[in-house]
Amino acid sequence: MTDTGTYLYAVTEETPSSGVAGLHGVAGTTVRTIPCEGLVAYVSTVPLDQFGAEPLRRSMEDLDWLGETAGAHHHVVEEVADRSPVAPVRLVTVYRGDEQVRDLLRERHDDFVHVLSTVAGRREWGVKAYADLSAPAPAAAAPSRGGPGTAYLKKRQAGLRSREEAWRQAAAQAEHLHDTLSAVAVASHRHRAQDPELSGRREAMLLNGAYLVESSRDEEFLKTVDGLRGRGVEVELTGPWAPYSFTDLEVRGDG
Amino acid sequence: MTVDNPRGAALAEQGRLPAERVALVDLLDRLLAGGVVVSGDLVLSIADIDLVRISLRVLIMSVRENLGEA
Repeated sequence: MTDTGTYLYAVTEETPSSGVAGLHGVAGTTVRTIPCEGLVAYVSTVPLDQFGAEPLRRSMEDLDWLGETAGAHHHVVEEVADRSPVAPVRLVTVYRGDEQVRDLLRERHDDFVHVLSTVAGRREWGVKAYADLSAPAPAAAAPSRGGPGTAYLKKRQAGLRSREEAWRQAAAQAEHLHDTLSAVAVASHRHRAQDPELSGRREAMLLNGAYLVESSRDEEFLKTVDGLRGRGVEVELTGPWAPYSFTDLEVRGDG
Repeated sequence: MTVDNPRGAALAEQGRLPAERVALVDLLDRLLAGGVVVSGDLVLSIADIDLVRISLRVLIMSVRENLGEA
């Protein structure tokens, strides 16, 4: 018999619509619910020969596996989020068994209730902003009285200065974008800028922001995003997402 | 709801990068750096594995392969 674990996707408050009939999760497993003290955990039973620590270490390096698993996890979270406010759980969170999940719901009950009340009626939007920092033309080299060496050095210094200046401007612009968007949002979070190889773009990513927006203000938020376009900045919108970036229980524990 | 045509679509058209892979990067931003994190009685101590670094490495490698094929 294969050892199994309990894979946790998300937590919600218990509602009459907490059913999961026909829902499938990672590795094609059937999703079920564990109710406990007014909360519901969405889980599935997974084989530990795939979801144990050692196999995971290997399979997380396999892009196809990672893509499929992330997609399946996300699918469950989305389905659940359609019905009620949801606290998504980080990818590949696997418990020894259902009892450990119940322990979690009991021990962190108040934290979950707090997080769920924070995200209720709100959705997460992603905004990425890019700027081409190589674009600004170097300051026209003034006619120099020095020799060609001096002219070269001056030009090089001017080039460095203009690049530094471009970065400074870009950083300031990113702050401005983030502040403007945050003003329309309930909460905001800046993810690390994506590696240019991952974003697939030559331009620098100035901002990789996540914004928790009141559903009634979605339109206003999207208008604000549109208003930030142009002026040398390309703005890309993703979402709406389940509130992945705003359900960090650990943060509250620190506070 | 209008959502931008993701840049990935354009790159995919050029055969540079599959669109779903670009979307995967955005998804992993959230699934690996966000969400509820609980430590304790886990089978797997996620803290032991630098998920973000592993995934970024594998993604970057795959993007390189893609560019190489183009």
